[in-house]
Amino acid sequence: MKILVCISKTPDTTAKIAFTDNNTKFAEAGVQFILNPYDEWYSLVRAIEIKEADASSVIHLINVGGADADPIIRKALALGGDEAFRVDSSSQDGFYIASQIAAIAKQNNYDLIFTGKETIDYNGSSIGGMVAELLELPYISLATKFTLNGTSATVNREIEGGEEIDEVTLPAVVSCQKGVAEQRIPNMRGIMGARTKPLKVTDPVDAETLTSINSFELPPPKAGVKLVPADQPEELVRLLHEEAKVF
Amino acid sequence: MSVLIFLDQSDGHIKKNSLEAASYGAKVAEMLNTTAEGIVLGTINEDLAGLGKYGLKKVHSLKNESLNNFDAAVFASVIAEAVKNIGANVVIFSNNFNGKAIAPRLSVRLKAGLVSGAVSLPELSNGFVVKKNVFSGKAFANVAINTDVKIISLNANAYKINEVEGIAETTELNVPIPEAKVKVQEVNKVVGEVPLSEAEIVVSGGRGLKGPENWGIVTDLAKALGAATACSRPVSDSDWRPHHEHVGQTGLAIAPNLYFAIGISGAIQHLAGVNRSKTIVVINKDAEAPFFKAADYGIVGDAFEVVPQITEAVKKLKGT
Ligand SMILES: Cc1cc2nc3c(=O)[nH]c(=O)nc-3n(C[C@H](O)[C@H](O)[C@H](O)COP(=O)(O)OP(=O)(O)OC[C@H]3O[C@@H](n4cnc5c(N)ncnc54)[C@H](O)[C@@H]3O)c2cc1C
Ligand SMILES: Nc1ncnc2c1ncn2[C@@H]1O[C@H](COP(=O)(O)O)[C@@H](O)[C@H]1O
Repeated sequence: MKILVCISKTPDTTAKIAFTDNNTKFAEAGVQFILNPYDEWYSLVRAIEIKEADASSVIHLINVGGADADPIIRKALALGGDEAFRVDSSSQDGFYIASQIAAIAKQNNYDLIFTGKETIDYNGSSIGGMVAELLELPYISLATKFTLNGTSATVNREIEGGEEIDEVTLPAVVSCQKGVAEQRIPNMRGIMGARTKPLKVTDPVDAETLTSINSFELPPPKAGVKLVPADQPEELVRLLHEEAKVF
Repeated sequence: MSVLIFLDQSDGHIKKNSLEAASYGAKVAEMLNTTAEGIVLGTINEDLAGLGKYGLKKVHSLKNESLNNFDAAVFASVIAEAVKNIGANVVIFSNNFNGKAIAPRLSVRLKAGLVSGAVSLPELSNGFVVKKNVFSGKAFANVAINTDVKIISLNANAYKINEVEGIAETTELNVPIPEAKVKVQEVNKVVGEVPLSEAEIVVSGGRGLKGPENWGIVTDLAKALGAATACSRPVSDSDWRPHHEHVGQTGLAIAPNLYFAIGISGAIQHLAGVNRSKTIVVINKDAEAPFFKAADYGIVGDAFEVVPQITEAVKKLKGT
């Protein structure tokens, strides 16, 4: 099994969100960046499990980003990736990023391409579907379980109020979320080994950008909580009914 | 020129979030001085002409049984052909599970810029700019779509269904259906419950409830309110509640009109999935719980005492 895992760099889940340059840039100062949780916990770990079950498997990692992404790529190598590509670009446009991933994928004939459910910063949830379309491969989104059966896979995907169980012949693109695997922590051997694993930096291929971010804004601050005494639950219900008018 | 709305269905019925998308699309069409049209795929039991009441002037359908099997590639191909035939220049999806699978594929097929997770109407004074959710609900981005054809997928509960007078003209689509490579084997849905992703009211419980045996107070309140139930991550991780109820940064992101948080501390990763709720009520015995800072209403008290009384008060008010 030859697997490509798409990994992205995101601000830590507890990072303070603020903007600079007239609200056009995310304020990175003091922010810690991490491997996007969906990529780290679910898709990468599932790829590692597949390799553990079949040692002939290979796991490639791809990131479209600047040199500042190297630490998170090294972390993914420490967890169990075999080699990594970084396409040197800081574009935020989904189509552009997907085009870069598709270009690398075309050179390597993967059986399986994994993405995370979404990046926790731009929340596009769209790179996987775009890569699949560019490569003309089937796409199963928001998987909660992934089982290989030789050259095909059984994938559970989330739907409104439940799940659907799909069968797909590989190669395919699958976006992963909770349920696909369990989070792991890199061990010392992995961390040492990661230093010498190949991380190839390439220039982007020509691709269009279809969208651009004009500006960011923060939601208006909450007015503050209205506390109701614990012995007056009817008062809370009255407020919800008459003031907030939510039912 | 027209605005085309994908009307997602299951078991022959249009999903609620798609009706929100229809109302939103009708408004976008009005802003662009054009008409809103819907597209429905697969066997459907609804009166399609009746969808005129959501502002649709026309509904295109392809009632082919093979389309009851969901394959994003097939749907994207059929919708792309429809967009070309109809001459649509804006395509709208609900940002629901199927929308998340189809819209990106369609974006590539049509080389049409996509904004997913839109939360309001486009701004047309300077290009075509759509506000979307970013940083897991902690901020918004105004994103310009720079292509002729534009795709928007609208977040659940971000636009109110708006009923008007009107009957839609109905037409059968005549476009090729490619063979599906994804075969649906099984669909397992909780029946009779409000799906969390569509719910307007959500009652959610956290570790403060101590164990699954105590969930009756949560489900009773949910029942009284006609609400869906949700939970924090440790609760589903411990299998106290099913995984599809997990909300937050790594679970489902929701934006109901009312979110009731019971025995949940309000960690930033939990808030990331619920902070777009219009009204938040927090019940927690610790007055210092961070959730109170994000709440609109709150009671500092023991959930086991307070919640059953709230349920009674709701029943009394509703006369049930
Ligand atoms: C990368 C990352 C992603 C994460 N993603 C998510 C996510 O998606 N969703 C999520 O929920 N969490 C997520 N978490 C975990 C999150 O940080 C918190 O640990 C979690 O939300 C806490 O759950 P809780 O509020 O139920 O439990 P606790 O933090 O233990 O809070 C329990 C609360 O109950 C109150 N309480 C106790 N007894 C009573 C009583 N009798 N009556 C009333 N109140 C009572 C306590 O005062 C306390 O505030 C994530 C963490 C990380 C690091
Ligand atoms: N810059 C990137 N480089 C590599 N993979 C990415 C990048 N951005 C997003 N992805 C992958 O696509 C998934 C969905 O991202 P998004 O569509 O941006 O929400 C992520 O979980 C990653 O697996």
